Amino acid sequence: MNKFEVKNMDLYYGSFHALKNVNISIPEKEITAFIGPSGCGKSTFLKSLNRMNDLVEGCRISGDILLDGVDIYKDKMDVNVLRKRVGMVFQKPNPFPMSIYDNIAYGPRTHGVHNKAQLDEIVEKSLRGAAIWDEVKDRLNKSALGMSGGQQQRLCIARALAVEPEVLLMDEPTSALDPISTSKVEELAMELKENYTIIMVTHNMQQAARISDKTAFFLLGELVEMGPTEQVFATPVDKRTEDYISGRFG
Amino acid sequence: MPEITAAKGEGSSMSKANAHMVFPSGNQNRKAARIQAAALRWLVRIAALLTAAVLLFLIGYILVMGIPNLKPSLFEWEYNSENVSLVPSLINTVLMTAFSLLIATPLGIFAAIWLVEYARRGNRLVRVVRITTETLQGIPSIVYGLFGMLFFVTQLHWGYSLIAGAFTLSIMVLPVIMRTTEEALMAVPDSYREGSFGLGAGKLRTVFTIVLPSAMPGILSGVILAIGRIVGETAALIYTASSVAKIPESVFSSTRTLAVHMYLLSNEGLHVDATYGTAVVLLVLVLGINCLSSFIAGRLAKK
Amino acid sequence: MKTKTSKTREKVMQGVFTACACISILAVALICIFLFANGVPTIFEIGPLNFLLGTTWKPGNDIYGILPMILGSLYVTAGAIIVGVPVGLLTAVYMSKFASPRVNRVLLPAVQLLAGIPSVVYGFFGMVVLVPAVQAMVKSDFFKDVLGVKGGKGMSLFTAAVLLGIMILPTIITVSKASLDAVPASYYEGSLALGATHERSVFFAVLPAAKSGVMSAVILGIGRAIGETMAVVMVAGNQTWMPQGLFKGLRTMTSNIVIEMGYAAGLHREALIATGVVLFVFILLINLCFSIVKGGSKNA
Repeated sequence: MNKFEVKNMDLYYGSFHALKNVNISIPEKEITAFIGPSGCGKSTFLKSLNRMNDLVEGCRISGDILLDGVDIYKDKMDVNVLRKRVGMVFQKPNPFPMSIYDNIAYGPRTHGVHNKAQLDEIVEKSLRGAAIWDEVKDRLNKSALGMSGGQQQRLCIARALAVEPEVLLMDEPTSALDPISTSKVEELAMELKENYTIIMVTHNMQQAARISDKTAFFLLGELVEMGPTEQVFATPVDKRTEDYISGRFG
Repeated sequence: MPEITAAKGEGSSMSKANAHMVFPSGNQNRKAARIQAAALRWLVRIAALLTAAVLLFLIGYILVMGIPNLKPSLFEWEYNSENVSLVPSLINTVLMTAFSLLIATPLGIFAAIWLVEYARRGNRLVRVVRITTETLQGIPSIVYGLFGMLFFVTQLHWGYSLIAGAFTLSIMVLPVIMRTTEEALMAVPDSYREGSFGLGAGKLRTVFTIVLPSAMPGILSGVILAIGRIVGETAALIYTASSVAKIPESVFSSTRTLAVHMYLLSNEGLHVDATYGTAVVLLVLVLGINCLSSFIAGRLAKK
Repeated sequence: MKTKTSKTREKVMQGVFTACACISILAVALICIFLFANGVPTIFEIGPLNFLLGTTWKPGNDIYGILPMILGSLYVTAGAIIVGVPVGLLTAVYMSKFASPRVNRVLLPAVQLLAGIPSVVYGFFGMVVLVPAVQAMVKSDFFKDVLGVKGGKGMSLFTAAVLLGIMILPTIITVSKASLDAVPASYYEGSLALGATHERSVFFAVLPAAKSGVMSAVILGIGRAIGETMAVVMVAGNQTWMPQGLFKGLRTMTSNIVIEMGYAAGLHREALIATGVVLFVFILLINLCFSIVKGGSKNA
């Protein structure tokens, strides 16, 4: 089953044509990796899936982006509900300057949960879900800014999980982390795909090969090729994909 | 909490069920979020509106009440209790400003030059200079007035005088000039300095012929800001320059600036019309000076 | 030969620059010395407890207790903060996160204008507009019958607090706005990505991150309010009694100095200088708080 269906999508930043006629289907409860050189539009595309591109001035989108069959750019879609359903983890960990507990509780509180017992439950569940509970359970009231970079990133994943999203967008979630933290986040992603659809932008092709089920290759604003990860890496259909994977450009 | 850990293993059906239990239904919560957003939006709008309204009302009120009272008698050459002319105070204000700047400007600019061009980073003296400058900036004008009275008026036996007032005010505006000059100097790109050093010019020559001229607009805007403060100042002057409403015969004569004049008039309460008129002149003068300063600073930012 | 003279010139001028930089140190030192040397002995002459905690100020009888003025200053300052901080902070939030650039092109200079208006003009405005307005308010039936305010006056704590609240607006707005502007966009985006509205993100993610900047703004506002003189003298009533209520007049330390210094002599004059010393100590403490808050935010 497909979570996202994108049809004939074009995206412009002012007069710059950043994404050209993208057609893609993203399967539910799998990890889909977006790879490609810098500036190929993969992050831009990711951000249009929860409308974070709305913040960019002069950004225009045409075509259809359907989430469970509903166009997310049509008036009926409340952007805040969309972002609750489609969570996001950023390239640089961005915990809020408050306690670990309040970081996790921020989302549920935003969506109307104020009962202390329920919040406690959500916080524990989310932190467990992000495999960081044991490390932080004794200092939930300490500032989140005192954690290591890897912990901060897993906290941000926990924060995203706390609003019960259906999809998790990850924008190069390990690019600011050391190898050990990276492998922890990767393991976590593989566990999470049981319950969540995960879409991950990555610069690291090994990472895509290691953890993703499907891989999409972007180049110069075009979706060149998408398919099962093994197939894309072993027998790419397009010459440009082969060139990129074998390291012939950037 | 056994169910919670179980939920993770058993896939989405369980966690979804949980979600429906915990999170309020979509519509209900969307409405609450919309109400909260609208409330916050209006809160900040009302606050901004209030700020703007206060300013408009204050300036508008003074202008509307004051302009009809700008009678020719207010502008007669000599002050007496009949005409309550503001001309002598105005001239005194110009003199007071000139003397204060004469003292504070070179000191402030030189001090900033030392901080930016000469002092080494982390130097202990730099820290002390910065702390004391910040302290000076936080001292209220009445304390400057007290100090001026104790030191310049009494200790140095200058009496209530133009010069005692000017020295007091020059200490007061020194941090203003220092800080703006410092910022202006720091904004001069290092490539200018390197270019000058590369031609074999010494540090002093570089500072005076290259760095200072490029920083001039920023320094000027700071000096004008200082003028605004001097012209509007009252509390620091009452007991240093005091209140003789005549053009001074020497720097040791007591003088009354426009702001002090304004205070004395409104305190007497005898010449309400003239007070309104004086308020207009003072307000327009100070606001004009401040506008000039930010105009220069704004043109600088555009470059 | 030439290089030698230019070297001396460099040296001399460097000395001159350094000396100028030290003027601010000299100034602070002189201010401290002259205030303390004149004020502290007086405090001991009157007796520190009698002076600081005495509730009566009667120079005619040589009774110099400044507790009424200390409390007056504190009350007026607290009032100014209660009036000025919410409005100023919300205005800063509006300017930083809501207003279009076009609106800000008007609002920014407006705030600067507000900062530039001289205290006497504020005071005069308070005298001719606020005082009569408050007077009419407290004399209204609503105040008399419903709120039970009896014998309130136009020149009062309330009036002074409102006027000072307006006067500290520019300080609060500029400093808070600068710290809001400096909050990294990642906090805001992180909150949006969780499905929060723009408004919620600004108030619950960005504003907490600007906490130390807002604290600095409040402390600077306190400093301005407690040191303000002319505007307060003109609207506060200046009675030397212990503060009696929101709608009764009171006298601050600053007003005490300005009002009586003109005719004071002997111990009376010295007691006024000592009042200045107490005020100065308050200001130094506020400055200290400010640098602690600022230093703390740098480390974070």
